[in-house]
Order: sequence, then C-alpha cells, then structure tokens
Amino acid sequence: MARSEERRFFGFLTPWMIGFVLFGGGPVVASLVISFTNWSLLAPPTWAGLANYQKLVADPLFYKSLVNTLYFGLGSVALGITTSFLLAILLNQRVRGVGFFRTVFYLPSVVAGVATAVLWVNILNPDYGLLNTLLGYVGIKGPGWLIDPNWAIPGLILMAVWGSGNTIVIYLAGLQNVSPSLYEAATLDGAGWWRRFWSVTVPQMSPVIFFNLVTGLIASFQSYALVLVMTSGGGRGGGGGPNNSTLMLGLYIYQQAFQSFNMGYASALSWAMFLVIGIVLGVQFMLSRRWVHYE
Amino acid sequence: MTLSTAPIGATPTVPVVDEPLARLPRHPAGKNARILRSQRIFAYVLLLAGAAVFILPFLWMLSTALKSNLEMTTYPSPLVPAVPMWDNFVKGWTILPFTRFLLNSILVTGLSVIGNLISCILPAYAFARLKARSRGALFAMMVATMAIPAEVTIVPTFILFSKVGLVNTYWPLFLPAWFGYAYFIFLIRQFFITIPDELVDAAKLDGAGHMRILFSIFVPLSRPVIAAVAVFSFVGNWNNFIGPLIYLRSQELFTVALGMNFFNGQYFTQYNQMMAVGVVTILPVLIVFFFAQRAFVEGAKGAGLGGR
Repeated sequence: MARSEERRFFGFLTPWMIGFVLFGGGPVVASLVISFTNWSLLAPPTWAGLANYQKLVADPLFYKSLVNTLYFGLGSVALGITTSFLLAILLNQRVRGVGFFRTVFYLPSVVAGVATAVLWVNILNPDYGLLNTLLGYVGIKGPGWLIDPNWAIPGLILMAVWGSGNTIVIYLAGLQNVSPSLYEAATLDGAGWWRRFWSVTVPQMSPVIFFNLVTGLIASFQSYALVLVMTSGGGRGGGGGPNNSTLMLGLYIYQQAFQSFNMGYASALSWAMFLVIGIVLGVQFMLSRRWVHYE
Repeated sequence: MTLSTAPIGATPTVPVVDEPLARLPRHPAGKNARILRSQRIFAYVLLLAGAAVFILPFLWMLSTALKSNLEMTTYPSPLVPAVPMWDNFVKGWTILPFTRFLLNSILVTGLSVIGNLISCILPAYAFARLKARSRGALFAMMVATMAIPAEVTIVPTFILFSKVGLVNTYWPLFLPAWFGYAYFIFLIRQFFITIPDELVDAAKLDGAGHMRILFSIFVPLSRPVIAAVAVFSFVGNWNNFIGPLIYLRSQELFTVALGMNFFNGQYFTQYNQMMAVGVVTILPVLIVFFFAQRAFVEGAKGAGLGGR
C-alpha cells in the first residue's frame, strides 16, 4: 500500500522534478562550473580556474554595482515598509470603501512593467516631468533625477515605493489578527495611541514586517529589468545610468552575459551576488532576534 | 478574528474585521463618539491623500497620451491637455505592429498560465496528500530553490536553449512554466493541507482514485488560491521583459513588453504616442485584475501568513 502510494507521489511530482533538473538545481550546478571557465558561446569554453573570481574582487564596477544595489534595496524596502504599514493602519480604522483604497494602492504593483517604467522616466524628467512640475508649484527646483548621478537612485526608490502597495494586504491581514485584549490592557494602563502603537501594534506585527523585509530585499536585488529599460534608451545596449550610478548588480550580470558575452565572468558575478544576498539575509535574521516577537 | 467592545472611556483603536457595519457593536455615545468620528475622518483624509498620490501617475499617463508634441515638452506641462489628441493612440499603435505584439503576448502568456496551473497543482497534491519517505526532504529542497536568485540560473538556461536551437522561438518563454514553479506549488500546497481528511477518506471509500480526488474535491475547494495563482501567473508573464529580451530576435515575434521597449529605444521622443500605447498595454492586466481582485487578495493573504 505504502509502496504504491510512493510511486503515485513521484508520479504526481514528475513535472516539478523535471523542472528542478532542467531549470532549477541543474542550472545552479552548471552555473558554478561555468564560472570557472571563459566562454563566449562563439567558441568552446576554456578552463580559467579562479581567474573570474580574481577579476571580480578587483573590479571597481562590481563594487559600484553592489553599493548601488544595496542603496536601492535598503532604501526602497525601508520606505516601502513604512508607507505600506502606515497605510494599512489607516485602512484598518473602520473607514468606508476599504475595497476601493485597497485596489488603488495595489494597482501599481500589478501593472508594473515596461509601460510604467517608461511612464516614470517621463515623470522624473527634469524639464517637464510630473514630479518637477509639482515641485515647481511649491517653489522647489527639482533635481535632474535620472540624469543626475546623485538623484538617480532616489528617483528609482520613489518608483519602487509606488509599486509596493501589494504588501498592504498582508499587513491588513496581520493587523486584524492582533488580539484586541492587548489594546484594552494597554489602554487600562493609561497608554495613549502613540504608546499603544509602539508597544502593542509594532511588536505584534513584527513577524509580518520581517517577512516583508526579507521578501522585499530578495525582490529588490532582482529588479534590474526596469532599470535597463529606463536607462538604456530601450536598445539592447548600454544601461546603467549616468556614470553607472544606477548600475545594479543584476544589470551588470546581464550586461556581461548578453552584451559582452562573458558567460564565465557573468556566472562568477551571479555567485558573488548569491553570496551577498545570503550575507544580507543572514544579518537580517540575526538582527531579527532583537526585535521580532514570536508568540 | 474576534470582535470586542472596548471599555467605556477608552479611545477605540480596536482593530476591526472587514464586516458590514450592521454587525459591529453600537458606537459609544457622547465624547467617545466624537473622538471616534474625528479619528476616522483624519484617517479618511490621509487615505484620500495617499490614494491621490498613488493614482496620479496613472492620470499623468493618460494625460501625456493625449498631449500634443509641443504641450508635452513645455514646462510646466498641464495635467489636462488643451486639445486631447486621440489620434496619438492610432499613430503610436501603428508605428510598430502592436496588434501583432498583442497577439504574441496573449499566446505566450496563455500557454504559460495553463502550464503553470497544471504543473503546480499536481506536485502540490503530492506534497499535501501523498506519503513518501523523501517527501519532507524534497519539499524543503523545493522551498530552498525559492531563495536562488534568477541571475544564477539565467546564463546556463540560456546556454541550454541555444544549444538545442530554441533561441528566437517562444519555447524558452513558456516551457519552464510547464515544469512547476516553487512559489505556486508552495502556495497551493498550503491550501491543500487544510482540506479535511474526512472528505478524502469518504471519497476513497467510494473507490475514487487520486486524480479523481484531486479534481473533484481539492480543486473546487481551492478556487480562491488557484484563481490567485492564475492571476499572479498571468500578470508575471504578461509583464515579463527579460525573457523576451534575451530570447527573441525577430521583430514579428516580439511581445507587448518588448515592443514597448523597442518603441522607447527608437522613438523615445514620442512620449505621447508611447504613453498612449502604454495605456492600451496595461488594460488587459487591469481587466484581469479587476475581475480576479477577490482571489488576488485572498491569495496574497495566504502567502503572507502561511505559517502552517
């Protein structure tokens, strides 16, 4: 009986198992092997040992893209969490039309794609874009955004926060699971709403916040596609913004693989990226023991 | 999720469930009612402001689509154009063969969504219901693959497809969808394990085989999560840009996303026409989203709180 059920198990699992070999675990191993070669696809691969990794460690563009990625990742996730969390709390206040607001905030993340990327290039246009026009109404001369190396990533962060409304739903669900008796107890002890927020709401929500922090960071590392659209003028070439100020690690890997055809170096870079993600997440998990409350 | 009545004298910041107002406790009277009301009005104002900020880019998109060339490049550019240039839509759509691109997108996305549904429901059932010694280890391995960044697999996968001569075809775009996707399998499996054993045992007593059980019991009961997966899959594939970018070479194969990017590269000065096309390209996603909104929200909740 158990034997035939096991056979059934593997039968049903077949699609995923094939997928794992072809598109999952298989490529992971292959990528590691490729990172030890020089391969341009136009010629057979040649063994290069650790050369790619040595090149990586000495590559200023690698460090630059790393800094850019972390800057963008931490910035957009921090700002995104704050915005979404606060909006979720507002939505939880028994207002009418919750469905409407939820949809409005959720929408940008659904339509995110090339169209909205181009839209934001226009919004961030220093001369006639929406943002600088609005700033002009209150007397501020807006910066060059995507053309200015110092303001390019902040511009991208704004776009990312606009598209982060999907997490509001998760926060809403979490908020509705906070036990009201905790609020009652706090109120009976004389706590005002500010105190209640920091002593009840935030700690109770900390697992959900942490979940969004982790998934947000992982996603931000992979969001180079839109940067490519926005900074390369749409061709297959270029990308990376003024003075490489928006060169993300993912974008650098893409450039090395599909513009310069350095498959070996690109693979080595991708493993370095994997390592960096691991370190960043590891740090987050260690820090989480300080501030995340589990029941 | 419990409701509660806050003690009199407490400022009501009691979290409430999304329920019709009729079922909620009576509002407290007098001073507390005023505090409650003003708190709600305050929240409402902030929410409206937030909603305005979030909607503004969409309005700008529509507005730019209707502007003349002169209007869109002068400062300050008005929110409402003087004369709406509706023929920007026609011009933009025909500069590049966007009807062709649209049909291509529908084909690739359709194949991907169907593939995703089939190849994720089956393994989810296996992980949820069928026993095997290695089940736990395989499940852990699958979840672990979710942590691997796409950049690691993108190069070998490309090499694989180019070695078998499938570059510049649609195969690399929809084939992986037919072989499972860890995130969806995880999501569906979490839902499947909540289905009570009694239903399965009853069906087995009636002599139903596993396929029968899966499609007659599990799938109908899991409509919200399966709808959510279908919508996530649709949206993800429709907006997919890097895939088409690295695999498609001939223009007549381009998807809508790639077409938009090409537009951006070749005719980037034509923002108004580009935005017009952009508006049309996000319409399918908007329509699908509005119809499946319920499912989307339920599925997202399940993803966030999957702590079983």
